[in-house]
Amino acid sequence: MSYVAPKETYSGTVYPVTIGTGGKSVTIGGENALQFHSFEGTMPNRPLVAYEIQDVPPEDWPENVKKVFDGVSDCPVKWAKYCQDELKARAIALRLIGTHPDREDRSAEDAAKTVRDVLAAIDVPLIIMGSNHAEKDASVLVAAAEAAKDRNCLIGKAQEANYKTIVAAAMANDHKLIALSELDINLSKQLNILITQMGFDKERIITDPMSSALGYGLEYSYSVTERIRLAALTQNDQIMQQPILCDIGMYVWKVKETHAAESDQPQWGPAEERGILWEAESATAMLMAGAEMLIMRHPKAVAAVEALIDELV
Amino acid sequence: MALSGVEIFKLLPKTNCKKCGQATCLAFAMKLAQRQATLDLCPDVSEASKQILGDASAPPIRPITFGSGDKAVKMGEETVLFRHEKKFVNPCAFAVEVKDTLSEADIASFCDQVLNSEMDRVGQKLRIDSIAITNVSGDAGKLEAAAKTVAEKAPGVPVIISTTNPQAAEAAVKVFVGNKPVIYGANAGNLDTMAAVAKANSAILGIVASGLEELSALTEKAKAQGVEDIVMDSGARKAKEILEHNTLIRRAALKKSFKPLGYPTINFVQRECGMMEALVAGISVAKYASIVVLSSIEKWKNLALFTLRQNIFTDPQVPMQVEQKIYNIGEPKPDSPVLITTNFSLTYFIVSGEIESSRVPCRLAVIDAEGLSVLTAWAAGKFSAGKIAQFITESGIDKDISKKELVIPGYVAILSGAIEDKLPDWKITVGPREANALPTFLKSRAQ
Repeated sequence: MSYVAPKETYSGTVYPVTIGTGGKSVTIGGENALQFHSFEGTMPNRPLVAYEIQDVPPEDWPENVKKVFDGVSDCPVKWAKYCQDELKARAIALRLIGTHPDREDRSAEDAAKTVRDVLAAIDVPLIIMGSNHAEKDASVLVAAAEAAKDRNCLIGKAQEANYKTIVAAAMANDHKLIALSELDINLSKQLNILITQMGFDKERIITDPMSSALGYGLEYSYSVTERIRLAALTQNDQIMQQPILCDIGMYVWKVKETHAAESDQPQWGPAEERGILWEAESATAMLMAGAEMLIMRHPKAVAAVEALIDELV
Repeated sequence: MALSGVEIFKLLPKTNCKKCGQATCLAFAMKLAQRQATLDLCPDVSEASKQILGDASAPPIRPITFGSGDKAVKMGEETVLFRHEKKFVNPCAFAVEVKDTLSEADIASFCDQVLNSEMDRVGQKLRIDSIAITNVSGDAGKLEAAAKTVAEKAPGVPVIISTTNPQAAEAAVKVFVGNKPVIYGANAGNLDTMAAVAKANSAILGIVASGLEELSALTEKAKAQGVEDIVMDSGARKAKEILEHNTLIRRAALKKSFKPLGYPTINFVQRECGMMEALVAGISVAKYASIVVLSSIEKWKNLALFTLRQNIFTDPQVPMQVEQKIYNIGEPKPDSPVLITTNFSLTYFIVSGEIESSRVPCRLAVIDAEGLSVLTAWAAGKFSAGKIAQFITESGIDKDISKKELVIPGYVAILSGAIEDKLPDWKITVGPREANALPTFLKSRAQ
């Protein structure tokens, strides 16, 4: 018996989606095989890791990741510049968490100003996200989308409860859109259908099937991601061929394993390495599942994941 | 390729003798096709048919037990490429390399670390499963001495003996007679002698090749020599190659029934940088390795890898569950809030995580709802007023608290009256529907 490599041919292709403008714009997706399966298909674009920043200081981030941004995180403009210039971020993800009614409850106008200020300071692509409060996000993201007009940003997240206004704002201001559904391939597909029924181009959507940290439901995110990607490639399902976003940092830095002190959990080893690895390992698993875009926090975790991607492409 | 019932039927005696317990040979053939019966139940089947059926009915990836006793690790037997289709069967083993150039004391302390690597997560005991003793010295005596130290200090831990020198392999393997070690290092140059050593000592043969074509040829050669238990190293060391080779091996075995690659796979991911090593190991865990060889034991690295393995190898059809009990979060005082939820691990993790981030110490009552989430459990009658009242009463929690107030999830607000009826001296409070509203809820109550 002689060996013949059992290569697959796929019927579908992931849409290539470009964000940002000018020389620093970034394209993700475009592959016609499973992620990193370049032995049987083409993978024209490397996955993108974006650095997460916030409109308000990261008081709720654990010390080990917060301290990295001491001196810059008090101002979103400084923070964004630091990520772009010092950390060589390929993209920045601005989370307008301060607009949440239970947080600082900043207004849509405040958020729009932050977006304008950050955009004035950077030339890498900007991802603009609300606070995940469906009602408030609808008004905040409309204002943010207008403030970012002509910069080809990625905005979101549009969910079933609020997609109409956000989709309209993304369409009116020429942005790409994040569509968020909760860990279910059918809900994800349904949301894409609803969004495209409004006249929004399916090739301008990024799918977020919802992330989970390692040890805290990662397997659900992993399998939903894998299933969406298989539907895109093997069934050529054109409403599911969007690149997939994995917004992992915010989930990772919430769990006990990323902030418990070694003195409290001696069997877990040093907290600093543990937290960084937790973020990088979660990201690695999601890259294996098929994610094309990751939003992360710790520079050392980002560096490790970028080095791994170097080895995979 | 597995045979269909009709194809199997053609190979049976067609006597309908009923000795197998089935009414007809066709019925027996159908049972065989579904793997609900084994061929030895038929006393009259011909040797030729036995050969064909035996080959066809063997699992596409050979099941092999590595080691012996309660620390033995099962490998192989996988049936799918993607975990949502069906559970990945056997979680990969983590092995750590110990070089035979280390002093006896260093090897002994290394063995201690392996034995102490065990930790408990969601009720499962997770640990470094195996020790890979590598013949870095090139000296057969040193390898044997290291093997003896490992056998003495880490008894029962499955061992990989890594050397390309058959004499060294032979000396070291004798230390582990009956314990089913792996002898790793058979290659195109030494296959015959290494295979003979493995066979004579009932060891698993670890074959290393450069690429899958050579690997297939070598496993066939070993099999022809009578070696049945093999683990395969395609030579892949870079992440890209590991992903490619492991994927092609799994596909060849499952989709093409290509027997020469129907064995468990071993990946070597050792790196200078522990972080990088852990990420490459993560690829091996997600993508089909049976044994992953690491360079060192660090608690932070182990924790992440053990957890990833647990996540990937969880049965997608059976929800992970946590133990039914009252969990203290922070250091609750007698008047701290008492909340209740179900024992679906994800529900527990999210609820306990949000309580923790609120920094309000609480007692969280977690009820056995067979691993269902709150709404599903309620709909299935596993999270009912009767069950909640019984659990709270039997838990004895009232001895520890001064304020009998129970916070129930907002989604089951409808239960509050019925619980109050069954727990008359308790006040039932309806909490938020979603866990992410818990910090605000708890903080506003604490003021």
